[in-house]
Amino acid sequence: MSVLVDADSRVLVQGITGREGGFHTRLCIDYGTRVVAGMTPGKGGTTAEGVPVFNTVVEAVRETGADVSLIFVPAPFAADAILEASDAGVPLVVCITEGIPVRDMVTVHHYLAGRKTRLIGPNCPGIISPGKCKMGIIPGDVCREGRVGVVSRSGTLLYEAIDQLSRRGIGQSTCFGIGGDPIVGMSFVDALELFEQDTGTDAVFVIGEIGGTAEQEAARYIKSRMSKPVAAFVAGSTAPPGRRMGHAGAIVTGSQGTAQEKVAAFSAAGVAIARSPAEIGVVVEGLLKHR
Amino acid sequence: MRIHEYQAKKLLSDFGIPVPPGEVIATPEEAAAATGRLGGRVALKAQVHAGGRGKGGGIRLAATPEEAAAIASQLLGRRLVTHQTPPEGLPVNTILVEEETIPQRELYLGVVIASACPVMMASESGGMDIEEVAAHRPEKIVSVHIDPSLGFQPFHARKLIYGLNLEPPLHRPATQLMGGLYRLFQERDCSLAEINPLAVTNDGRLLALDAKLNFDDNALFRQTEVAALRDEAQENALEVKAQDWGIKNYVKLQGNIGCVVNGAGLAMATMDLIQLAGGEPANFLDIGTVNNTERVVNAFRLLTGDPEVKAILINIFGGMARVDVIATGIVEAAKEMDIPVPVVVRLEGTNLEEGRRILAQSGVKVIHATDLSDAARKVVSSIAISRGSA
Repeated sequence: MSVLVDADSRVLVQGITGREGGFHTRLCIDYGTRVVAGMTPGKGGTTAEGVPVFNTVVEAVRETGADVSLIFVPAPFAADAILEASDAGVPLVVCITEGIPVRDMVTVHHYLAGRKTRLIGPNCPGIISPGKCKMGIIPGDVCREGRVGVVSRSGTLLYEAIDQLSRRGIGQSTCFGIGGDPIVGMSFVDALELFEQDTGTDAVFVIGEIGGTAEQEAARYIKSRMSKPVAAFVAGSTAPPGRRMGHAGAIVTGSQGTAQEKVAAFSAAGVAIARSPAEIGVVVEGLLKHR
Repeated sequence: MRIHEYQAKKLLSDFGIPVPPGEVIATPEEAAAATGRLGGRVALKAQVHAGGRGKGGGIRLAATPEEAAAIASQLLGRRLVTHQTPPEGLPVNTILVEEETIPQRELYLGVVIASACPVMMASESGGMDIEEVAAHRPEKIVSVHIDPSLGFQPFHARKLIYGLNLEPPLHRPATQLMGGLYRLFQERDCSLAEINPLAVTNDGRLLALDAKLNFDDNALFRQTEVAALRDEAQENALEVKAQDWGIKNYVKLQGNIGCVVNGAGLAMATMDLIQLAGGEPANFLDIGTVNNTERVVNAFRLLTGDPEVKAILINIFGGMARVDVIATGIVEAAKEMDIPVPVVVRLEGTNLEEGRRILAQSGVKVIHATDLSDAARKVVSSIAISRGSA
């Protein structure tokens, strides 16, 4: 089992004719993902990566039955692409694009409230259910099928965690990045709820980082609602305050959002902590043994 | 992106928010002339991208043009150190000369994004750090969440105005001022718009005495007027260079291990890891999605140009970034420049085999690491070894 995407997911790629869109669509198809359509305004009627391209999302959905959309549209137009997918009724949208203005994401956030579309990202690596479906840029060959869920704000740190798990023979049910921006779609809590309900997931690894309060909210959820074991790593304990560390959302302001504060919240919720990013595999192994 | 106070006040003024009469000067002569034109006592305010200027000696009063010139000659060309600046301070190249205002009351008014929504906050405890007010006397802050599809509404203004205990004659000007600040925040893609203090003057007017505007870097592509206000002299020289070389996410730190990493999370984790292994990172560097080798070469230029760097750690887990491109970049960098420090390389991810082949065939001297712990251990010990041999 897995969450959000599986072998039946029918994927539409918005921005399939761009360089990144094309390259990574190819890798998704090679992995076995059912990419059924592409969408780029003005390129309707052509094909890209062997799939038909449409001018609008609504047309792509009508013609191909796409039920998830993967967005590689450049930042100035990416928020509009998310809105279009939601307007067309796509239930799951995964936006890889980095650098979307905050004001655009405020609009997206308010539009999506009360609609049935779930958004993953933006500024995220996408989602993979190993052996079933890969949507985005997570390297497929480091993943292996199994029963640990992994969720992360960072992309590369997600790959690192997956790699450490796979090397120890620990497979994954679903792995995804929620994105490094201050305003993102799905939260850690949303992810944890899904993993808690998924019969194919035995334990969850959470990768947090400095800035915001998503980790503290996750800790509260874990403490009050979660029956499955959870382990976590929080990046940025050496980051200086007041400086943005690459991700738009990764900034310590005042006493808010420090790694220490987040680790303390996780510890208080009974979460096993990886103190070093090199210990992720060991800590999850320990978590599964003591279950 | 940050801008100076005088630039912020010009923007406030463009949106109908009253600011004190003032002029920006860059020489003592201009200071004297501006003081003469303004008449009476003036405040000379050093223009640096940091708060705490009053305590740091960066805000001084003058009664005459001569006095103003004397103060200006003391401030200009110096570096001002406050609790918010780097230890070496920031250069004072311009001064805002402003008519002195003695406020009857000092208020706070600011807009930020919180919970994916613009939030306007007001407080009667103006002139103080709002974070401190929030921490110790949260009841002193009134705030309104503004639905962006509605915009700033009269009821928002009333909630803030009554919260600030403003006299009835100030209600209309306060409503206009708040509406203007919200429009400025939205239309100019601000990440922070703060008037602190917002003065109530003795003659019953509202006046923005100090202002801080920060902007969303991601929106600068559509805010060309704002982007033109950038003052590179207020930024770290290596960080400016990094920007020019297409490395958007570089932060200079105090240690001696230079890092080149892809992805912000892995870059932060790499810094954490170096410290756990007993070293200190010289920088945060997320090389981003690399499609050309030029950016990799530039990263080497940047790090070899930092005299603090005694070893370099390349830590790549390719997803969007491709390992073969990074490897080719390392080879090109080694051809183009002398890299006088040990380089530890750890590569994983998209197109890994091709990347390994490129590095192996080039014969470039690097120390290979198999995983994160191995990388951290090797880079920290490489410094000890090169020290021992020196």
